[in-house]
Amino acid sequence: MNKLLSTERGRKMLLLGNEAIARGAIEAGLAFGATYPGTPSSEISANLFEISQQSELYFEYSTNEKVALEVAAAAANSGVRSMAIMKHVGLNVAADALMTLAYVGVKAGMVVLSADDPFMFSSQNEQDNRYYAKLSGLAVLEPSTIEEAKEMIKYAFDLSEKLQEPVLFRTTTRINHSTGIVTLGDIAPVKASGDFIKDPFNYVTVPAVSRNLHIKLLKHWEEAKGISEVSPYNFVSGKGPYGIVCNGVSYSYVRDGARDLGIEDKVQILRIGFSNPMPGAMIKEFLKGCEKVLVAEEGEPYMEEALKAFAQEEGLTLPIAGKGEGVFSRLFEFDPAGVRKVIANYFNVAYEPVAATDVADIPEIPSRPPNLCAGCSHRASFYIAKQAAEGMETIFPTDIGCYTLGLLPPLSTADFLICMGSSISTSCGFSKVTKKKVISFIGDSTFFHSGIPGLINAVFNNHNFTLFILDNGTTAMTGHQPNPGVDMGLLNLTGYGRIDIEEVVRALGVKDVTVIEPYKVKKSIEAVKKALSFEGVSVVISREMCTLYAKSLKLQSKKRYQVGDKCRNHRDCINQLGCPAFYLSEGRIRINAAQCTGCSVCAQICPENAIIPVKD
Amino acid sequence: MNTTRLVIVAVGGQGNLLASSVLGEAALLSNIPVRMSEIHGMAQRGGVVESAMVFGDAESSVISDGEADVLVGFEPSETLRALKKCNKATVVVTNLAPLPPFTVAIGKGVYPDLNKLQATIRAKTAGLVALDAVELARQAGNELSVNMVLLGALIRTGKVPIEAQTVKEAIRKKTKQAFVESNISAFDLGYCAAQ
Repeated sequence: MNKLLSTERGRKMLLLGNEAIARGAIEAGLAFGATYPGTPSSEISANLFEISQQSELYFEYSTNEKVALEVAAAAANSGVRSMAIMKHVGLNVAADALMTLAYVGVKAGMVVLSADDPFMFSSQNEQDNRYYAKLSGLAVLEPSTIEEAKEMIKYAFDLSEKLQEPVLFRTTTRINHSTGIVTLGDIAPVKASGDFIKDPFNYVTVPAVSRNLHIKLLKHWEEAKGISEVSPYNFVSGKGPYGIVCNGVSYSYVRDGARDLGIEDKVQILRIGFSNPMPGAMIKEFLKGCEKVLVAEEGEPYMEEALKAFAQEEGLTLPIAGKGEGVFSRLFEFDPAGVRKVIANYFNVAYEPVAATDVADIPEIPSRPPNLCAGCSHRASFYIAKQAAEGMETIFPTDIGCYTLGLLPPLSTADFLICMGSSISTSCGFSKVTKKKVISFIGDSTFFHSGIPGLINAVFNNHNFTLFILDNGTTAMTGHQPNPGVDMGLLNLTGYGRIDIEEVVRALGVKDVTVIEPYKVKKSIEAVKKALSFEGVSVVISREMCTLYAKSLKLQSKKRYQVGDKCRNHRDCINQLGCPAFYLSEGRIRINAAQCTGCSVCAQICPENAIIPVKD
Repeated sequence: MNTTRLVIVAVGGQGNLLASSVLGEAALLSNIPVRMSEIHGMAQRGGVVESAMVFGDAESSVISDGEADVLVGFEPSETLRALKKCNKATVVVTNLAPLPPFTVAIGKGVYPDLNKLQATIRAKTAGLVALDAVELARQAGNELSVNMVLLGALIRTGKVPIEAQTVKEAIRKKTKQAFVESNISAFDLGYCAAQ
């Protein structure tokens, strides 16, 4: 049984932020959830998916975030509490649905969780999704701690039901991936089934209906404003002439900073946890009581701009600063010392920081970039693609997944990437305007997520490139979540369909389709050469299970390889494949048996046939 | 209560996250406020995993450069890389068994000399406890218990407000049944080696 189903009320548990959020949803009586996996949100879904197999909760991995949001929206409009979970950029995919769902509203509580990623620990951008709340007219909640996140989820469901609108719940990586002590509450009963009452003139968003719905949304927004003014998640602590307004994790940094600087008796802190609509009356009162105000928020000057507008309405001229020189940056994430320094500078508090160890004189430490795993099938696919394209001038549009790590040498098979699915659509553009051979890469889950429309476009508009679909049978990068092509039987889960990528590709009208097994190197290179020579769209499906996934399913080959006496130290293996199982010992290449997975790709490319199986 | 800030750095797969979760559980058992944060997006791809643990009254779960009271490094070059987290009052615990990054294998970097590495850390901090945690883990009967060896060494420094007994209780609670005994003996070996 998942530990988050514990019924011990009052028990203290150490939970990861994402676990606390999942627990909060369970305590709120969440009945229906949908997601597309994305760091830093993934563990919320992983827990809820497991819980769904042990309780009345329904939880699905949807094809993409837009689908997840729409699936959940239907449940919420049938009277079932629902949640859609995604990373921040996932909300871009779901945005089309979100904007008009705000018009339609919901019947039961619906929470849309967006996990933002300041500093881009595992993302392609660090967009600030609070702006989606403004854009859509929806309420947004932002927790500052793990403990608060759990409670706030429950509040979010109640708020959603009160407003009859979905509520955005915005976290950042430091909430999702921090751990704190949480006290368990009661688990509300699950209302798993609902009913949809027909009301087309409120549900079918033709212009005449939507005009009325927009009026309704603005009424809800006014109502939300009133609730934000009195929400327990917007509060002032302390008294004094210095004002600091903060949200999310910066609240902890501000509290620690004020204490470290010994100015707690001079500072009042306004913590905004309900940040759209902003509590205008409360903020105006706060501003009137301050001589000077600092806004500490990661990301964009979202609150700062609102504060300045409120000050203008009241004719207040006190200094308000947030982003800019000498204060905070719009870039990356905050940290306690950085926030403390800005507070000290801004309020002229004398402060001598502890000197960090001077590391300027330490010799350069070899870097440790992430690498494709030992035995990763993507490495074989990249090698095959490059060998087959030898002598051609190439462009490699890539996509989002483990295979983005093909960026690094020696593979160097990533030239362009914007977002999920962009490999295929950008291949259309590159192949049209350049004379280079375009070879693009996309994974199985990403292909289903948003690759298919690009491929349809390529067939319809008769573009000319070769697409590799790297089908490793799972959504590997985010932790082996299911996708529509996955064999759910391997996970002992029944009742699922399975979509065959080859059938999809053929059905879309791709005339040249090749399926390779990338661990068969020579045969694959010959097959890919043919695919590359095709005029038009050709697709190579490279089919081999993710080696980590295979290991977890106990399906990995038992064979291991070693470097034998015939080695002439050409180092083709290490220089062309860069598998992390290789290491150097006294100038000779060796294979770490504990890391080798027996893929045999290096053995096949060694010019001396010097790489041989380890005999038991 | 006073705040103690601990940074743990490791290479993906070394069991850093389990070590911090054991320590967090021990703090919970001891009624000591604790907050942790971790960066583990690339853990399974051979990257660096860093966790921060804050014991006591501070509210942040992140530790800024120069502000660690204790640094534990599961891999010597990673300990050296994390030295920016330290100040001259920091105590450092490091494993001495290297896991050279792949960049060294392809000639894109030189692995630091272990003697110089230790001398550098000693010169810049309040003290260094250095031990071959892999060898001690092997002696404990499980090469994967490097994390427990280092936990033992950390507790011996007395820099973290948690008793050895409580950590062992947490090991019994949080680690797999089959490994509890070897984990406890790894912890003890680390504890003894760190004197």
